[in-house]
Amino acid sequence: MTATGDTGDTQRALSAAMLEDRLDEMLDAVLSIRRSTATAAAALAGLARADQDYACHWIEVIAKTNPELAYHFASHVTAAITRMRREDSDAWIIEAMDTYDKLGLYPAVAVLADAESFAAVRDGQARTATLEASAPMLELFLQGLSGRKLKLAPSERLYTDTTTLFLPARLAVLPTRDANRMLYKIMATHLWAQGWFGTFRGDPRALRAEWERYAEPERAAQLFCALETIRLDACLERELPGLYRELRTLRTEVPAAWKEACAPLAKKGASVDDTHQAVAALYGGALPVAPVYQGIIDVDAVVQAMGERIQQERAALQNALAKLAGGQSHTPPPDARFTVSEEPGPQGEVQLMLDGQLLAAPPDVQNLLQSIFQDLGGIPDEYLVAAGDGGYAPDNEKRAEDVWKGTYHEDGAFLYNEWDHRREHYRKDWCVLRELDVHPVHDAFVRETLRKYAGLSARLRKTFEALRGENAVQRRRKNGDDIDFDALVDALADLKSGRELGDRLFLRSRRIARNIAVMLMVDMSGSTKGWINDAERESLVLLSEALEILGDRYAIYGFSGTTRKRCELYRVKEFAEPYTDLVRARISGIRPQDYTRMGVAIRHLCKRLDQVDARTKLLITLSDGKPDDYDGYRGEYGIEDTRQALLEAKRSGIHAFCITIDHDARAYLPHMYGPANYVLIDDVRKLPLKISDIYRHLTS
Amino acid sequence: MKSRALQPESFLITREPYYEAQGEEISLFEKAYRNLIPVLLKGPTGCGKTRFMEHMAWRLQRPLITVSCHDDLTASDLVGRYLITADQTVWMDGPLAQAVRCGGICYLDEIVEARKDTTVVIHPLADDRRLLPIEKTGEVLAAPAEFGLAISYNPGYQSVLKDLKQSTRQRFVALEFHYPSPDLEQKIVDHESGVGAERAAKLVRFAAMTRNLKGSGLEEGASTRLLVHAAKLMVSGVSAPYACQSAIAQALTDDPEMIAAINELSRSLF
Repeated sequence: MTATGDTGDTQRALSAAMLEDRLDEMLDAVLSIRRSTATAAAALAGLARADQDYACHWIEVIAKTNPELAYHFASHVTAAITRMRREDSDAWIIEAMDTYDKLGLYPAVAVLADAESFAAVRDGQARTATLEASAPMLELFLQGLSGRKLKLAPSERLYTDTTTLFLPARLAVLPTRDANRMLYKIMATHLWAQGWFGTFRGDPRALRAEWERYAEPERAAQLFCALETIRLDACLERELPGLYRELRTLRTEVPAAWKEACAPLAKKGASVDDTHQAVAALYGGALPVAPVYQGIIDVDAVVQAMGERIQQERAALQNALAKLAGGQSHTPPPDARFTVSEEPGPQGEVQLMLDGQLLAAPPDVQNLLQSIFQDLGGIPDEYLVAAGDGGYAPDNEKRAEDVWKGTYHEDGAFLYNEWDHRREHYRKDWCVLRELDVHPVHDAFVRETLRKYAGLSARLRKTFEALRGENAVQRRRKNGDDIDFDALVDALADLKSGRELGDRLFLRSRRIARNIAVMLMVDMSGSTKGWINDAERESLVLLSEALEILGDRYAIYGFSGTTRKRCELYRVKEFAEPYTDLVRARISGIRPQDYTRMGVAIRHLCKRLDQVDARTKLLITLSDGKPDDYDGYRGEYGIEDTRQALLEAKRSGIHAFCITIDHDARAYLPHMYGPANYVLIDDVRKLPLKISDIYRHLTS
Repeated sequence: MKSRALQPESFLITREPYYEAQGEEISLFEKAYRNLIPVLLKGPTGCGKTRFMEHMAWRLQRPLITVSCHDDLTASDLVGRYLITADQTVWMDGPLAQAVRCGGICYLDEIVEARKDTTVVIHPLADDRRLLPIEKTGEVLAAPAEFGLAISYNPGYQSVLKDLKQSTRQRFVALEFHYPSPDLEQKIVDHESGVGAERAAKLVRFAAMTRNLKGSGLEEGASTRLLVHAAKLMVSGVSAPYACQSAIAQALTDDPEMIAAINELSRSLF
């Protein structure tokens, strides 16, 4: 950098040469004789100084992630900055980085290269509604409409397989965002209506068989869709008049020539057969413009989804009936005979009967019956045969869609976001974390520790016993369970001497219960090898003994891992688990492993703590140093992510505290945990002596 | 100052409280009462347990003494305590002792909310001894045949802390309450609010939708009580979606997504 660049006024734009120097310095790794930054620098030189600084800042940030990506960014940034507002270009950069994280370099470069279309999308975004934003509400909405849970998934085409509703990932058809949100709701409701009002009832293949009777089956299918939409609109008008008022604004005119043939479709009780008849009557004519919410019917998808579900639900129903008939034993009496009543219930629900008596089915069975009725239009007799546990476990089945979501090969793993301070954004589902068991080692470690610290342990016992929640009698209360005679005597004496009679004359007994859950998070990184590991294990033994006396609930987990794809938490003791020999053996079995990725461990353990009902929740970390992992999780990045995870913990009401032996800890721990929330132990050998005292201070 | 005189007539219910029987519960309660067996009412909140008790007290012409239990409720809050006046102490009966003395019906609402040691005082009353020992006065009250005891709890709470001890629950005849069937619920909502059959039916349908969401973010669906609230607001001129939003959606949850979904459901119906 030249002297003028350092000292000159910051307002003046940098020249192409100065910019080229800076770029060369940042992108050195990916430059060659045939590849220079001259073009990029020349373009940047035309920008104002603030824009140049903005570009350079991001080039530097991206270069830390991937210099090649940064090089491409440098070539496109000038055009992008000129084209877009600052907040849009921010979003463009984040989108590129996210793409890089998820899919790799080339797709990310493609995002950078296509700044123009990104900008166009952002322009439309003011009125765009996204499925991602609408889905949580819509899923609840649909579940409210009927009991069956429907999933929502983005797709180019608008259709349903009766398990999942496929909707466009974003909608910008209507002029405002609210209107587009409403359109999502109407589309989803319409697809829901296909299932609910029996478009596929019975055998969905029958639909295609009908269409294939015509010369052009494709055309017949389109006509069917249009007419079925008319039928479903009428159903919605009856069932959900409020929604229909919104839907009406989007309806298209039914051609005059159709009026007569369509009249039966609007009648109550019209079924898909009426639609088939209307198709027969109108086939051959021109199709009107389809309303924007009309989807398509994908028979194959429905056949497949229904086939799977029908199998599952049949087994689940038979299973549930067996439980209903047989009580706890699950073996139904052989003569138990289930039927469904001819008449539907007052809400149109299926009514289950046992030996001719109406039976109040539990909600899960009722949902199953409803779902089967939706698919088949009735409950076949063979479904109503109670069958025992046929090895069918609907919850454990691996679902095909999970394979595509990518969770399948990360079976049993938890995904967590990670904070990237440079981007000031989370990297989504960045860390893959598994819970493993510590291999228990049954040796003399625990016994020897207790012998070694015998004096200490006796003293701890006394101090902790005093802390234990006990019945405390509160004296001189305004009301209470019994009379405080000391107070009464005083008061009467006061009265005799002419003063006022006091009113605090009662005893009140209250149990002050400790209500604390503490999570101990133990560093199992490779650097703890030797003294530190021993001290950690000894501390855990002594602290566990103390906590047993106190009766506080506690759990112990060790953390380690290598890279974001292999974060590991080692279970030593869970909250509900008693302090047994097995737990002792696990403490003894704690061994140094790999690296220290702290953020993800904190996030997971906080989730565990959240599941415990306690007034005070504590997360205590035993650590020997800074967060550190193989793939760049070190220095500022690691510290900032850990800090972010601790802030998240604080928000959910968890107090975090760190006990460390790192002498440099004062440099970063106050920033991460806050000034009063850590303790530095000078000599690791003193850790076992001090830890219980630290805990006592913390919690009393 | 005299011990505060007991006025059982002030707990007598003179006008018939409106109650629609869901099944055989009225005759079962009567029979349990005649056989001196205490009754446990189970059911979700707002399904009519308290109203049922009022109705039964009216039907049996006994005073009804209701205690809403809370986690600070002590045994002396139920049995009684000494109060101090200028120169002496005076015994004051608690609601349970009052009910025993006057042969009334004592109803402990949401019993699981009370502290565990508190519920034990009802044990000798709730079996065939039917005695209430008052430790502090040395008195043992024998309950007359007219005395009745009922407790209620909501088994829907998933907290392990809020469960009833076996030694307590095994002293009672249990009556299970559900939300009424749709046409009955419609009738109740209409009767309580005067909203008209059509809108009452829609409210009931709306309640069924919220009950579909139980377990997916809602702890409970809309209770009959909430429906009556919404219906009353509608009768007073509040628009249906707004009444549903304020009386039902906001009352059920604070989760913005859930509120949005429930609002969409009510807007779709009305």
